[in-house]
Amino acid sequence: MTSKKPIWAAALAAAGLVLSACGTTGGESAQPEAGASKACNLEFAFMGPLTGDYANLGINAVNGAKLALDEYNKQNADCQVVLREFDSQGDPEKATPLASELVNDQKIVGLVGPMFSGETNATGEIFNEAKLVTVTPSATNPDLSKNGWDTFHRLLGTDEPQGAAAAKYIKETLAAKKVFVVDDASEYGKFLAGKVEKDLGDLVAGTDTIQQKQTDFGPTVTKVKASGADALWFGGYYAEAGLLAKQLKAGGWKGTFVSGDGVLDPGFIEGAGASAANGSILTCPCAPADASFTEKYKAISGGSDPGTYSTEGFDTMNVFLQAVAEGKATRADMLDWVNNYDAEGVTKQIKFDQSGELSQVTIYAYKVEGGKIMPGTPISGA
Amino acid sequence: MFLFEHFFELTLTGLALGSVYGLVALGYTMVYGVLQLINFAHSEVFMYGTFAVVWTLYVLGGTPTTSTGGVIGMLLASLVIAMVVSGGVALLLERVAYRPLINRNAPKLVALISAIGASFVLAEVIGLRGRIAGALGLDDNIGRFVQRSRDATGMPVEIVPQPVVRIVDYTVTNIDLLVILSALLMMVMVDQYIRRSRLGRGIRAVAQDPESAALMGVNSTRIVQLTFLLGGLMAGAAATLYMIRIGVTRFDAGFILGVKAFTAAVMGGIGNLRGALVGGLVLGVAENWGSALIGTQWKDVVAFCLLVLILLFRPTGLLGESLGKARV
Amino acid sequence: MSSTASASGSSSARERRSFRTRISALPKPAKLGLMVLAALFAYALPLLEPPFITTPGTDFGGVLFTVAVYMLVALGLNIVVGYAGLLDLGYVAFYAVGAYTVAVLTSEHGNWPYLLAIPMAVGVAMLSGLALGAPTLRVRGDYLAIVTLGFGEIVRLTLVNTPWLGSAAGIARIDRPPSIELFTIPHLNWDTGVPLVDFGQTTIFVRFGVLDLIPYYWLALTVIILVLFGDKLIKDSRVGRSWEATREDEDAAELMGVPTFRFKLLAFAMGAFVGGLSGALFAGRQGFVSPQSFLLLLSILFVAAVVVGGQGNRWGVMIGAAIVAYLPERFRGFEEWRVMLFGAALIVLAIYRPQGILPPRRTVRARRMEQEIEELEEGTEEEGARG
Repeated sequence: MTSKKPIWAAALAAAGLVLSACGTTGGESAQPEAGASKACNLEFAFMGPLTGDYANLGINAVNGAKLALDEYNKQNADCQVVLREFDSQGDPEKATPLASELVNDQKIVGLVGPMFSGETNATGEIFNEAKLVTVTPSATNPDLSKNGWDTFHRLLGTDEPQGAAAAKYIKETLAAKKVFVVDDASEYGKFLAGKVEKDLGDLVAGTDTIQQKQTDFGPTVTKVKASGADALWFGGYYAEAGLLAKQLKAGGWKGTFVSGDGVLDPGFIEGAGASAANGSILTCPCAPADASFTEKYKAISGGSDPGTYSTEGFDTMNVFLQAVAEGKATRADMLDWVNNYDAEGVTKQIKFDQSGELSQVTIYAYKVEGGKIMPGTPISGA
Repeated sequence: MFLFEHFFELTLTGLALGSVYGLVALGYTMVYGVLQLINFAHSEVFMYGTFAVVWTLYVLGGTPTTSTGGVIGMLLASLVIAMVVSGGVALLLERVAYRPLINRNAPKLVALISAIGASFVLAEVIGLRGRIAGALGLDDNIGRFVQRSRDATGMPVEIVPQPVVRIVDYTVTNIDLLVILSALLMMVMVDQYIRRSRLGRGIRAVAQDPESAALMGVNSTRIVQLTFLLGGLMAGAAATLYMIRIGVTRFDAGFILGVKAFTAAVMGGIGNLRGALVGGLVLGVAENWGSALIGTQWKDVVAFCLLVLILLFRPTGLLGESLGKARV
Repeated sequence: MSSTASASGSSSARERRSFRTRISALPKPAKLGLMVLAALFAYALPLLEPPFITTPGTDFGGVLFTVAVYMLVALGLNIVVGYAGLLDLGYVAFYAVGAYTVAVLTSEHGNWPYLLAIPMAVGVAMLSGLALGAPTLRVRGDYLAIVTLGFGEIVRLTLVNTPWLGSAAGIARIDRPPSIELFTIPHLNWDTGVPLVDFGQTTIFVRFGVLDLIPYYWLALTVIILVLFGDKLIKDSRVGRSWEATREDEDAAELMGVPTFRFKLLAFAMGAFVGGLSGALFAGRQGFVSPQSFLLLLSILFVAAVVVGGQGNRWGVMIGAAIVAYLPERFRGFEEWRVMLFGAALIVLAIYRPQGILPPRRTVRARRMEQEIEELEEGTEEEGARG
């Protein structure tokens, strides 16, 4: 007869599965500190997706940051800096308690991130109240800087100039006569597609909204073909973009596929197949990595090439590290430093205006050729 | 109106879409017919089939420049392997997650929980294969198979649809025909097997009345295994057709498709084999028409509302339940 | 009859007389005292910050709040699944409706204060429960699963694609519960191995701010206690008995004159009530809502929590919810493996403890009755062998 025993056995089994080792904390990366003068034992935090479905983007940026950190720590072996990683999986719900925890740790004086616009929106108030300076290398929603958060800073252009530049590119460089605009109903995709649609005006021959995680785009392909468009703008991410591009080609559509930074990832080519992806244009407010950066990056990333936002991650960390080199050690000092920063990084001249936006923004266009994403060239924005 | 101007294109592509739903729905409907259990993990059985297809093609050396004859040969091999893999996963599922519960006569809800757990485990094994391979120290040789585990994996060969015949506004492609006809063929084969063969009669017997079937000498464990196996084989076939059509798979590719397929099974009449395919086709076409009429973002809402409507007017689905009835 | 049972079933009866029966056998004032103590401990828990229970790497108060909200959800779902026996795979819809009603009223399209938005949220959730139930509860049990699943998805898709509801971006700047700052309470600090009162880490009673989440947890806990009272009242009433009858055998219940459809609808409405309430609490703490928080996966998680905990037993489902909410946060180092381990745990628990961690009392009673019957049958076999 089964008795009370199985409860505990089963509960232990269940707990044991999860309890397989002791609990760990937020996870530390980089080397431990050695005591010395100046500002030592300082900690910075990174928040973004390090695991889960969007891990690629977070890993790109954190590796860029680690590259900068590595260089600094080598030069300052007696007084190193620590970067602590907080994995939010890009989810605003997971990010909020992490932010609270992060903010209550007084050793942390600056944040690289958060990566995604959703989580930045959710946690901005927390960082603002705690006066912890944040610089995001990737969140592109323009509304983020309109909340009056003194601590918010963004090291790349928003979707406003990106959309404007993309529309201009389609109109002038591609000289398209009719454009079909598709968005994926996500906050990012919808905004960007809306901006492009507005700027293209009469050129828009039709629109459609797909959903994330969708795999079959039959009706959309039908609509695109029926509209006679010779270019298509897709606002969304690479998973759906790849499938859409593939099905468009299979359906016999011959136009140019154009999209934004959410699609700028090798996953797009994997999903679309090289022949459907070739010829696509992908815009991004992020700068391409040059050869020397790529080489140094590969050493620290275990052989992977730099990806989207790697250079921005690098620059962000450097802004902080330069502050440390100048002897800044408190949260108030860091905030002040970033607010008044004006110097050149690998990506651009970095200077933030009152609301935390860059005063100078460049949009790049990346072309897909031979099954690979080619380095981007700057295109002018509005 | 757009729907009428492109009626045949939307309908025929909808039928192709629905054929895949229907084949996967067969698995749901059979297990439900025999055990009154919702096999939540059937979606992962399908997903493993899709990966079997892709990896077989990699191993066979498929590239975008492989000749048409070569591609067809490789696809046939993939079909066999996918069916074997899906069938195997289905049997494993039955053994680990279901049999202990069936033997203890556990409540159906508990079996559902077990199935949900199995579904998570199966999906995450694929979704974390990079980390698992790393932990086992295997990743050097099999990098291509385990890198970027949570992203999409595409087909190494290129399958370009060829136009075959023109119907009013749409040129039907060879792939459309292949998918629709294959699904019909598979369904007929399974249907005939259930009707004619001895084991098929056993399935119907257990579906109708498990205790009497046992009294008549039917080995219910074998029958349950066979049911799962048949569902798995169909899912493997569906996986091959899916990869031919869509060409890309992910560790979570099964989830949404599974929900749709289960919806299709219920629409057609849960426990009814023909109903599974009919439900699938209806669902596929409804999605496409819904997209055309209201917009692609609402297509799933259309599908679910259609389900509720069907159940309101025909509470046992379009073709009614039948696996457990004396006919068919 | 009872003496025979205790005589021959003495070993199992002994075990069963252990924790549960001893607790229920206590005199009323003692039981009340225990409950009050337990409640006080629960309120004090985030302040005590006990060393192994507290969550490193993430805010303990926040985690406790999530646990509390999940417990509330589990209580609501328990009414639908556990008491009335209706398989609902779309419960997240009510949770979402509650949260979004608060969001729309306090931020997007209005300026209502938070406390006034709560009754509206609950009301709208109940209406949606009735709207879902009316056409679908006539459908057979297992079909209800896919229909409720569909409803959950319809709600989410509507949220994603409707600009009036904020679309995928969601709604931010939701009003928080009103604060009355009375006094400050310090936490305990265990860093040195000995509990020390730490005035550096304090909680203001009661300020609903952004940095300290403990007051939200207290609010949620209070709501749980109230819901528990209501739950007990309803379960012990005629309504609860009708649910039990419907669950066990719907046709027999109808024959006995129970209007099963009406009671099933009532179960849906009550479940929706509690679900909406939890959603409203969630929105108040989070300060923003987006459709991403209301995925199908969450519905499945809720059902798993209820079944694993012991469907039909309000304490069991609370334990299930606590496990589902707490364990992933406690063992954060396993971020990647969480889902897989959770799945494995579900399989193990389903196979080895199908009745749930804390099965409902009736199950225990029913099992004892089955045992009595078995003993009676065995008795006749012995006589048969002898004679």
